[in-house]
Amino acid sequence: MDVRRTMRGFSQVPLLGWLVAAFISVVIEIQWGTPLAQALGLPKIPVLFGVVLALKQPHLLPGAVVYLLLVYGLPIALIARLGAGIANQAAGALLRLPLWVSAAVHLGLFYAALELWSGLSDYRDLVLRFTLIAVMVTLSLNVINGYMGEFSCSHPGFMAVGAYAASVLSVDLFTKHRVFGEALLPPALGPFLFPLVLIIAGLVAAVSALVVAIPSFRTRGDYLAIISLAFMFIIKSLIENLEIVGGARGLGGQPDWAGLSTVFLWTVACVWAINNFVRSTLGKALNAVRDNETAATAMTVDTRYTKIVGFLFAAFWAGVAGGLFAHVLRYVNPGTFGIQKLAEVLAMVYFGGLNSVYGSIVGAVGISLLGEALRPLEIFKWIIIPLLLILVMIYRPTGLVAFKEFDPKAVLRPKNGPERERDALPRG
Amino acid sequence: MSLFLQNLVNALQWGSFYALIALGYSMVYSILMLFNFAHGDIFMVGAYIGVGVAAVLLAASAEGALALPPWAILVLTILLAMVLTSFVGMLVERIGYRPLRGAPRASAAITGLMIGIILETGNLALLGAQRIRFPSLIDTTVYEVAGVFITNTKIIIVVVALLLAAGMHFFVHKTKWGLAMRAMAFDYVAVPLMGVSVNGIAALTFALGSALAAAAGILYALAYPVLDPYMGIVFGWKAFVAAILGGRVSVMGATLAGFLLGFIEIFVAMIFPSTLRDLIAYSIVLLILIVRPHGFFGEPYSARLRL
Repeated sequence: MDVRRTMRGFSQVPLLGWLVAAFISVVIEIQWGTPLAQALGLPKIPVLFGVVLALKQPHLLPGAVVYLLLVYGLPIALIARLGAGIANQAAGALLRLPLWVSAAVHLGLFYAALELWSGLSDYRDLVLRFTLIAVMVTLSLNVINGYMGEFSCSHPGFMAVGAYAASVLSVDLFTKHRVFGEALLPPALGPFLFPLVLIIAGLVAAVSALVVAIPSFRTRGDYLAIISLAFMFIIKSLIENLEIVGGARGLGGQPDWAGLSTVFLWTVACVWAINNFVRSTLGKALNAVRDNETAATAMTVDTRYTKIVGFLFAAFWAGVAGGLFAHVLRYVNPGTFGIQKLAEVLAMVYFGGLNSVYGSIVGAVGISLLGEALRPLEIFKWIIIPLLLILVMIYRPTGLVAFKEFDPKAVLRPKNGPERERDALPRG
Repeated sequence: MSLFLQNLVNALQWGSFYALIALGYSMVYSILMLFNFAHGDIFMVGAYIGVGVAAVLLAASAEGALALPPWAILVLTILLAMVLTSFVGMLVERIGYRPLRGAPRASAAITGLMIGIILETGNLALLGAQRIRFPSLIDTTVYEVAGVFITNTKIIIVVVALLLAAGMHFFVHKTKWGLAMRAMAFDYVAVPLMGVSVNGIAALTFALGSALAAAAGILYALAYPVLDPYMGIVFGWKAFVAAILGGRVSVMGATLAGFLLGFIEIFVAMIFPSTLRDLIAYSIVLLILIVRPHGFFGEPYSARLRL
């Protein structure tokens, strides 16, 4: 069998084809997963693609590999390959409609696959939700560190502000709490007003970002790094000293509103908004400010406006992500938003790639899954992940997928025929 | 008044740690334009190496192989630990920074951060979670001067820190090596053309910075003998703030900023509840940077860098 021809065959599968194939393989897992796992001698279905199993109980590994091949590998490969023609036609037809229709169909399929996949185990559900939140945080930090070229250490601070703002609002307004007293609004309204709560949380985080954004007019680089670091310490310390939100003990009892669908929708909104932002004129102005501030001014870029919008926009999404984080965990504690969080988020941004939406997604998903997969190694996990990152930094200093534009239309287009056919497709 | 003086003494001691660690940060930062985020953990490694060296020396003198008075053991511990830790520093430079010479600075900052995590976890994996006590090498004597209690450890700490800072100042300004370092901070590109080995100077910078961090680690262990693998994190980040606050110009700048940070922290804790220490201390740092955005001794966007 000619390997190269086979690979070319797979390269003609559009995203729609992969999503349908993934969906079907998840259905297969739901239908026959448990009996198959039993037949292969596994105690239960491999929850996270067998990666946890591989380190914990290596003797079960062959079974897990066979399971993965039967449930995921073979069906996905077969369906994607054989259905490529139909999928390409369907993708082409969808692309003739407005772009949002095609995007909605793809996202709907993706969500359906994720929902069914995570429905099989609570652990999957939790990991998935945290991963999606990590994508939001990483992407928003990439706006400052990648697109704007500053070295900002303030992101855990923005997250903390968002997390606490959202928690206080939802706990105060919709639940009975020993400090905040009776619910001010009927709890039944809560899930519907939750988006509003998150938006307010994001706005509060954005306002707090002024503390970092305004000094950034006069200073850059290293001194701004210190200012942002000081900001992070100040926020953490401030929350530790605010008795009304529980101080260092933290604040619990957030309602359980951040299900997978909510987190997924917000992540999609975040990716969409940030991608549009960085591809807009203002986004290009961010790049200009990064590369040469004086030249940017000469080209009529309002650097102050650009910086402040960049910071506030990134902080807004970090705040929203913080709010979601608080409601997924249903407990927040100022200790969560310290140096450790900073190292984690920075690692995700620089691992994935600067100045790139793809990169942030790759970085956040990669580090999150790696963190879960290496959990059985206990503390050695914190030797392997840093080593990996050092290697990535040495061989790809700007990250795995840096400086790559994310064009939704190119992602969704059918993949049959040569590249130039993309131009032949109707636009709009 | 005596409360003020007492706190002044405490602040001097506390600032000594910051000053010594900030010196290492500042040297690497001035010469290579890098944030060495692993530096805080080198401070921790230095303290642990100090424990090892002290244990060996104590065992040797107990068996009669070495007849040394306690103060000599302390001096030897500090010196040996400084030498050993400087090798750790050079190793960190070789693995984490040299391959990234041409890469964006932020990437090198990330490798530093990751090496720091590896050092912490490596320590935890090697020695376990149990905390280690630094052996008490000298008996504490308390002197009372005008109602202020001063221990001999405090005197040792402050004097050694000042001596080391002065020695570093001398080294950087009066020796040929120091000249090469200043030249590299001044112009990164021209220095190799003058026949100076960039890698050699980089290794020397890391070695010196790590030696100072090791000294800080042992001095810290004299005052607070219980060590844990994560002790470097908070100190490292705070000394980093001090190093940048001092400005990228002089050994003195970093030293002074280190002491200043110590003073701010101690006096904030004297006036306000101690839980507010970080909050107020960092707010002051923020204000300083808003008023003087390039630190105390820094020059705005200047190509002219002096160490």
